[in-house]
Order: sequence, then structure tokens, then C-alpha cells
Amino acid sequence: MMKLSKYVLYDILRNKIIIAYTLFLFVVSLSMFQMEENSSKAMLSLLNIVLIVLPLVSLIFTTIHYYNSYEFIELMSSQPMSRTRILMSEFSGVSISLLSAFFLGVGIPVLLFSPDATGFALLFTGMSLTLVFTSIAFFASVVARDKARGIGFALLLWFYFALIYDGLVLLILFSFSDYPLEKLTLLLSALNPIDLGRIFIMLKMDISALMGYTGALYKDFFGSGTGIIFTAGIMLLWILIPLWLAVRKFRKKDL
Amino acid sequence: MIRIENINKRFRKLQVLDNITASFAKGQVVSLIGPNGSGKTTLIKSILGMVRPDSGKIYVDEQLITSDHSYRKKIGYMPQIGRYPDNMKVGQLFTMLQNIRNIAEEKLDKTLIEKFELEKIFEKPMRTLSGGTRQKVSAAVAFLFDPAILILDEPTAGLDPLSSEILKEKILVEKKKNKLILITSHILSDLDELTTHIMYMQEGKVQFFKDMEALQEETGELRLGKAIARIMRGEQFNSEWIDKMLEIKNDGKIY
Repeated sequence: MMKLSKYVLYDILRNKIIIAYTLFLFVVSLSMFQMEENSSKAMLSLLNIVLIVLPLVSLIFTTIHYYNSYEFIELMSSQPMSRTRILMSEFSGVSISLLSAFFLGVGIPVLLFSPDATGFALLFTGMSLTLVFTSIAFFASVVARDKARGIGFALLLWFYFALIYDGLVLLILFSFSDYPLEKLTLLLSALNPIDLGRIFIMLKMDISALMGYTGALYKDFFGSGTGIIFTAGIMLLWILIPLWLAVRKFRKKDL
Repeated sequence: MIRIENINKRFRKLQVLDNITASFAKGQVVSLIGPNGSGKTTLIKSILGMVRPDSGKIYVDEQLITSDHSYRKKIGYMPQIGRYPDNMKVGQLFTMLQNIRNIAEEKLDKTLIEKFELEKIFEKPMRTLSGGTRQKVSAAVAFLFDPAILILDEPTAGLDPLSSEILKEKILVEKKKNKLILITSHILSDLDELTTHIMYMQEGKVQFFKDMEALQEETGELRLGKAIARIMRGEQFNSEWIDKMLEIKNDGKIY
């Protein structure tokens, strides 16, 4: 597998967008830590960046990369190589480069200024979200027939996960506010990787007390070892399922 | 070497390949000709496993191509449009393919690399190459592994007359080595000196598959373009396309 992904990685690491993305993350994280006196405040601002920008960049970059590499992927599929291997090599190339951009841009400042549990939770969430949305983007690009549709589909997914989903959850919570919904909200959070990441980090900060009874329940759950395994497991499912669907579709696809 | 049995392919409403049966043997240079959208490229892509036919079977050396991908070791493919990762260097493409195919340095056929003087640009990234140079790279890739079957999709389109001549010479050399060569082209004068068999496709059907001598005898024409025009008029095919081909040729332009 390394035979191909090594070159894909080499190509992407020289990509201007990836370099700009790394610099952007680095400058933003560094200035957050410089501006805020309290590092946990800086973490909170950084959290919002991670939750909004990371999924968006991962989705858009992956989709554009897939369509730009289309002829190359075609050529590779005329070589003695299985389709699964081609797609997995592309996936590992893209995800390793996005992960290293995140690690250099956010990871290093966080490790310098705030190397505590919250910091590590932020890094864990950032890495997971990068992988989740790269995997979702591969699925979107394999399913869509052309570039415009692919990017459109990816953007729609981002809107859904970053904005629309929260609205829907609030709607449900308001409509059924007479019933005990704590367990349900826990389940709903698992259905959106961004929300899951947000809750996971928030509970590492000392602000969960502000969230009332639900917050206490969350703290109880996510603070425990089970909670960490639960989060990691759900994130892993969010990475593997879209990727598996993408590979399945790609194997049967006409190039 | 290649046996195609009753393959069908439909893209939505359009029947691209309509029950095609054919068999190609060693030593043949088969020209696939026909109007745009007649299914030539789809047929080639089906042989390479890029397009999955709805029904029918394709064998390469008695191996069913859907069984596994090892049969592609025997095939060298030159695509119609060659696009490569932007930042990949020309030399890297060759090393990468060599790694994937796992073929020793001394078994490589570097004639085209030398004749097209590609070593000079080995350190250049792909994005800096012109369309014609990329086409030369694609050609060199197809011939690099000395494959028993060569599939060339519009090989001379976009090449300058000198390079086009080098490529034609190379095809003649390979023809003498008793290989099977499949070429699609719209430039019939390029095919004249190379081809041994003609396969004429229209609307996804094979209209005829004849060897060159039979065609010349039947029509009394030595030139491929004229022979085909004659046979098509005689057999009441849609001869508009071939009229256009000849018209351009009589313009006195040089191809």
C-alpha cells in the first residue's frame, strides 16, 4: 500500500492549500494563546475553530483532491492493483497530510501552552474529526458523478453536521421538554461527530456545572472510562463506516 | 489473447456497448475506429476493468478479467488524457510504477524515454508540463514494462509530427515482436502503415471486423480512409463521419 500512498502524500505535502492551512491554524492558535491570559479561555476559542474549520477544510480539500486526481486514479486502475488498494492509498495520503497540518498548526501550540487533559482532549477530537470528515468526503466524491455535485454534496453534509443538526436537536428538546430526555440527548450527540467532540472537550473543562442536570449526567458518563471508550468507539465508527461504503461503491464504479 | 463475449453496457438511456463479441490474437494491430460516442473508449475501458459491463465476459489469455487484477501486468495502457498529480515529479511517476509492478531495472523498455528525451525533465513537477509532453510521458509509461498487449487510446492526438513519428516507429517495432496492439484514432492516415485489422464501431455495435488485405481487396482501395468510406457507402452505413474525415484530408492540411 505504501508504494502508492507515499507518492500521494509527497504530492499533497507540497500543495499550497495544505501549507496555507497549516500556517492559518498555527497563527490562529498562537494568537489565541497570546491574547487570552487564561489558557482555558483560549482553549474555548480554539475549540470553536476546530469544530467549524476542521470539518469544512477536510471535506472540501478531500473532494477537490479526489476530482483532480481522477485521471491519475484511472491510470492506476489500469495497473495490476486492486481498486480497494488505490482508494485506501488515496485515503491514507490525504488523511496523513491533513493530520500533520493539524498537528503542526494546533498540536504544537497546545502542547506548548496547555498540555493538560483538556489539551489532549482537543487534540484527540481534532484528529478524529479530520479523519471522520476525510472519510465522509471520500464517500461523497465516489458517489457523486462530477466535481460540482461532489463539492455541493460535501458542503451540504457540512451544513448538516455543523449547523442544521443542532437546530433539529433543539427542536426535539423543546417539543418534548415534558419528558425526561437525558438519555435521548446522549444518543443524539453520538449521531453527530461534531457534537460528540464538543461535549467531550467541554466536559474536560470546568464549565459543565453550568449545564444543569444534563451536564451532571454527561459529566458522570463522559468523565468515566466508559465515556472515553464510548467517544473513541463512536468516532471510529464514523471513520470506518463512510470509508467502507466508499470502498464498496468504488469497487463497482465505472471510471 | 483477448476474447470478448457478448458484452453489454448501458449508461442510463444510452446503449454504449451493444452485444459485442470479438477476439484479438497475437501479432495483430487492431484499429478501433468509429464516430465520437460509438463506444470505442468504453470497450477499451471494459478490457482494462475500468468500466464494468452489465453482462458478458472478457478473457485475457483465458483468464476471466473479473477474477483478479493480475492480468493487467500484461497490458500497457496509454490514456486519451493523461493527468498526473500536480507536484509529482516526472521521474517519480516512473519509479512509482516500477515499484508497483515490481519489475527489475534491466527488464524495462526505456526506448521512448530516451527518444522523447524525458530524462531531461525527470526533476520537473507534472503541473509544469504541456499537454503534448504529458502525452509523451503517457506513451513512455505504456511501453515501459514491455507488455504483451498494448492499448493506445488516441496515441498521436496532441503530439508534434516528430514525436508522432517516433511513436509510430516504436509501435512498428512492437508489432514485429508479435504483440497485440489495440489503437483507437481519428487520424486514419496514422493508422495506414501500422494496422493489420480494422474494427469499425457505430452506436455501440461492431459494424465490421476485417483484416487489411481483405478490406483492400474488397474495395480496390489501398488507403485506409478511402477503403472504409467505400465499404460504408456500399453497406449503407452512416457515412457522414467518414466524409468529414476525408474532407479535412483533402484540405491540404498536414497531419
